[in-house]
Amino acid sequence: MKKTREDIADALAACGYIADAELATAISLMQLLKRPLLLEGEAGVGKTEVAKALACVHATELIRLQCYEGLDQSSALYEWNYQRQLLAIQAHRGEDADAVEDHVFSEKYLLERPLLAAILQEQPPVLLIDEIDRADDEFEAFLLELLSDFQVSIPELGTIAATSIPHVVLTSNGTRELSDALRRRCLYHYVDYPDADHEARIIMARIDGASALLSQQIAQMVQGVRKEDLRKAPGVAETLDWAAVLVGLDVRDLHDVSETVHETLMCLLKTREDRARMTREVTDRLLGTVA
Amino acid sequence: MSCCGDTPGFEEIDEVSRLVARKLAAFLRTLRDNGFAVGLAEGRDAAALMASGYAARPRLLRSALKHLFSARKSDWEKFDGLFDAFWLGRRVRSRSMTAGAAKAANNPSLKTLQDKGDTRGSQFVTDQIPSADDAPDGRGEGRMEGASRAENLAETDFRKLADPDQIEQAHAAAVQLAKAMRIRLTRRDLARRRGYRLDLRRTIHRNISHGGVPISLVKRQRKDKPLRLIVLLDASGSMSMYTRVFLRFIHGVLDEFREAEAFLFHTRLAHVSDAMKERDAARALDRLSILARGAGGGTKIGESLAAFNRHHAARVIHSRSCVMIVSDGYETGDAKLLGREMAALAKRCRRIVWLNPMMAWEGYAPVAAGIRAALPHVDLYAPANTLKSLAALEPYLARL
Repeated sequence: MKKTREDIADALAACGYIADAELATAISLMQLLKRPLLLEGEAGVGKTEVAKALACVHATELIRLQCYEGLDQSSALYEWNYQRQLLAIQAHRGEDADAVEDHVFSEKYLLERPLLAAILQEQPPVLLIDEIDRADDEFEAFLLELLSDFQVSIPELGTIAATSIPHVVLTSNGTRELSDALRRRCLYHYVDYPDADHEARIIMARIDGASALLSQQIAQMVQGVRKEDLRKAPGVAETLDWAAVLVGLDVRDLHDVSETVHETLMCLLKTREDRARMTREVTDRLLGTVA
Repeated sequence: MSCCGDTPGFEEIDEVSRLVARKLAAFLRTLRDNGFAVGLAEGRDAAALMASGYAARPRLLRSALKHLFSARKSDWEKFDGLFDAFWLGRRVRSRSMTAGAAKAANNPSLKTLQDKGDTRGSQFVTDQIPSADDAPDGRGEGRMEGASRAENLAETDFRKLADPDQIEQAHAAAVQLAKAMRIRLTRRDLARRRGYRLDLRRTIHRNISHGGVPISLVKRQRKDKPLRLIVLLDASGSMSMYTRVFLRFIHGVLDEFREAEAFLFHTRLAHVSDAMKERDAARALDRLSILARGAGGGTKIGESLAAFNRHHAARVIHSRSCVMIVSDGYETGDAKLLGREMAALAKRCRRIVWLNPMMAWEGYAPVAAGIRAALPHVDLYAPANTLKSLAALEPYLARL
């Protein structure tokens, strides 16, 4: 079923993800052009959340493949169930060797890994290929082939064609330059840190009990923190943690509790240097800029 | 395909596509000129989008085409400006103007550089010859007149090379060395010592006729995995006698290592991997000499490292990375900052190698505040002022 851009933005919001207009366009294009979506951006801007929200919008399963260095086909695509194969061979001892071989290399003994599982679903799932930049070049090339043909060839079984074409979302943190071929194959969307209004809406959507005033204040404060010269700028996830803490402490207005604000800033700052840099004076200065 | 708005009628589609097709093709050319990797499939999809109602709403079309045609962050950032300029006839905003202009200016200048390349060839060789007064006496390794030519070359301090032929040979040797290192610095040997992994699938295949008892085992071996080398080269005035030959070495390394990054610094840091990936060494060096301009105001190693840690480290450093700093350690900035940034860098990467060509000079001691602050974080501190000492690095790198 095709959905318009506005429908998609509404549906995403209903799933707790506040998308900007550009992202809603990207998602409608994914359906229209049947291309994968490549999301790039700093760590912690909510790239993975996009896939989760998309699964929620389509009311379908999310299949996630976390990439890492050395990821190979046997952990991404399929693997044979060796224990059961060995047992089966023992059980059929004395029978014709060819027949036994055909038997143990049948689908019954095949273990599906995320990629194979994704193309064999009845209902098209959302396939999240997370941090593709961590995988090796070889895996990227293999993935490119899978994403264009949506079929898998298993030497012992033959070719398995997809029963449904999944909605593919790839994310990258930019630790390695991806190949041009893969980039060209995908729709590209750069996920940036949200602006203050956007972030305030995210806080209100995600944290129960966060008032409009508090959300706006937290968002402005975090914007200020990001502008400081830090080793690791806080992401949206950190903002939500901090908002949850402040709501948990029953804070209504940041200006009333500047002490608490400074003490709970550890939710945002994750290295010792950053903590040292964010002194009480800096916190107060930032707090001064918050409406 | 009725994604947005009303579905256009058939004639309408025909009309739109005829009007727009030519202009779209021109737009694709503009994009390609601006460094976008746009293929036929993208063009076809774009035409389909325009025919399905997107063309009626420029902002929506811009957003849609932006997703389709961009492939990286730089594309993403300049697309809006290009689109507005082309389709809406608006003045291009300054940012996209500079982005486009830089690209356009790059190409012709490259060509002119290439034309100049031949005449410049001899010129840059003479750059190498150190003038007598600013070259302090070394250990006199150049005196081995009786030894074979190759050996002589291998042990001659780079700044003593005067004959253009010799310099060319030294450059060639540096490139060779880089190639040899690339081949050997893979993980192959390590994996062998650790032993193979059992390939269960093939083992079962082979042993079905034995009733499944695994008698003949099939092993699997880990694939070669190159080490990632990150080179930070000091291009300040005090290093000028060594910079050229190290640049050749780095060019060789970058050409051969699939995973290598190069940075140049003097008072600021420049990412030069792209320029270095130029196949032709002379052209690569020409491109670099533009990037390296502005040197001469001393060396701010600390600030350059800070810039590296802040903007590049997360992207280029991974678990099996070695950072190689080539510098004489004469810090004109804040030595304390250098110490702090070295500590931060040491936490991130596997190993830091500091090559200091001055080390081999008689009477040199690392007393300058900069190098003293940096040394506690350095894993290997080596001279590397001759080809031989460069080659001596290899076994060390192999242990990573």
